[in-house]
Amino acid sequence: MISRFQKILFFVLLAASVAMAGILLHLRNRAHKQMLEGQDSAPTEAPDIAPMVQATLMVASDSDGSLRPQARAFPLPSDEGARARALLARLFDLYATADSSHPVPGGASGVAQVFLLAVPGSPAAQDGPQLAVVNLTGAFANGHPSGIETEMLTIQSICSTLHANLPRIAQVRFLVDGQTRPTLAGHADLTRIYLTQDAAPAGGATE
Amino acid sequence: MHWSKAAAAALAAALLGTPLVSAQNAPPPAVKYVVVIDAAHGGDDGGARLGSGALEKSVTLAVGTRLRSLLAARGISVVTTRDGDTALDADKRAGIANHANASLCLSLHATESGSGIHIFTSSLAPAAAPGKFPAWKTAQSTYVARSTAAAGVLNAALAQAGFTVMLGRTGLPGIDSMTCPALAIEIAPERANDAATAEPDDAAYQTKIAQAIAAAVLAWKQQEVKP
Repeated sequence: MISRFQKILFFVLLAASVAMAGILLHLRNRAHKQMLEGQDSAPTEAPDIAPMVQATLMVASDSDGSLRPQARAFPLPSDEGARARALLARLFDLYATADSSHPVPGGASGVAQVFLLAVPGSPAAQDGPQLAVVNLTGAFANGHPSGIETEMLTIQSICSTLHANLPRIAQVRFLVDGQTRPTLAGHADLTRIYLTQDAAPAGGATE
Repeated sequence: MHWSKAAAAALAAALLGTPLVSAQNAPPPAVKYVVVIDAAHGGDDGGARLGSGALEKSVTLAVGTRLRSLLAARGISVVTTRDGDTALDADKRAGIANHANASLCLSLHATESGSGIHIFTSSLAPAAAPGKFPAWKTAQSTYVARSTAAAGVLNAALAQAGFTVMLGRTGLPGIDSMTCPALAIEIAPERANDAATAEPDDAAYQTKIAQAIAAAVLAWKQQEVKP
């Protein structure tokens, strides 16, 4: 014999299940509709979880082979590795714009991680020189325009931007999808370690 | 009748009307002046795709062929790393250049970005003197100073021919292992007001570039031969 209390509980649970199924169906339909309408619900601005910091991006220009400093203020994380990655993401976003002086597709997603290590052979002091290991994505490297000048400008702008904002970074090494790769896009050597001091803005064109 | 060598030489000199020079006073045999032309890419490695749709490997081979003819016509021995659409890795190219004992090595490239001609030397730190066994990947380091001087001569010749020239340093596999003054020459479109007026696969543009490089090689040879 089923008690009255159990019957009430059964119908309450049944009603709750039907209501939840209805809500689930409604949410699914709404998500499907949004997808069909091409609505992008991704945030267009960085969440305000980090303080605004003045940073310098060393922006390359293909027209004269130069690097030009651009001061920008944007939220940057306090952790140095995360900050280095965020700086390069901003730099790559600039290069992916339609009117870029150094067009490179891919944008912020082109840099997967940046690891900061003590330079081999140097004392691992708190303020000692650092080696930045920049892990680029395969999509970024494969989509990079091919050419000595354009590839070197990308490498120099990465090195200079890191050094301008994190002066302890003295050396930069590159990986692509976590692996060593002979060249960026057929020319610039990615197997060597680049010194950030050598990546200082070079002289422009001569005629 | 047995003639001595000296008598035979005197007779030959008299018949040919040339002055007699003894073996001790004879000038040393002229050192062969060799230039290596490396047309970058080839085979499966097409290099950059240019604005006109041409591949970098075709442009570098075409310019290399023109340059070889111009230099050979001026009495300069030329060694090429490839004469057809063949694939070569960077080490093989450097090996060919090093075996040729070259006075100058030119690695030809082409690109769609930038404008004019880009001249690059190795970004390796200059080293004073070569060791007995220089490291393969940094063998160019002892030639960086001479490479930079050669880049200056080429810059002057190209600027005189009316080209926009950009000088730079690069980490480029291949030239970093060459034991000769080595330059990477990258040909970009000629532009006016951001519009391309000549593409790297334009035959007239290639000829003009090859002539300017040949003039620079001659100037570099004269500079090198000077005591």
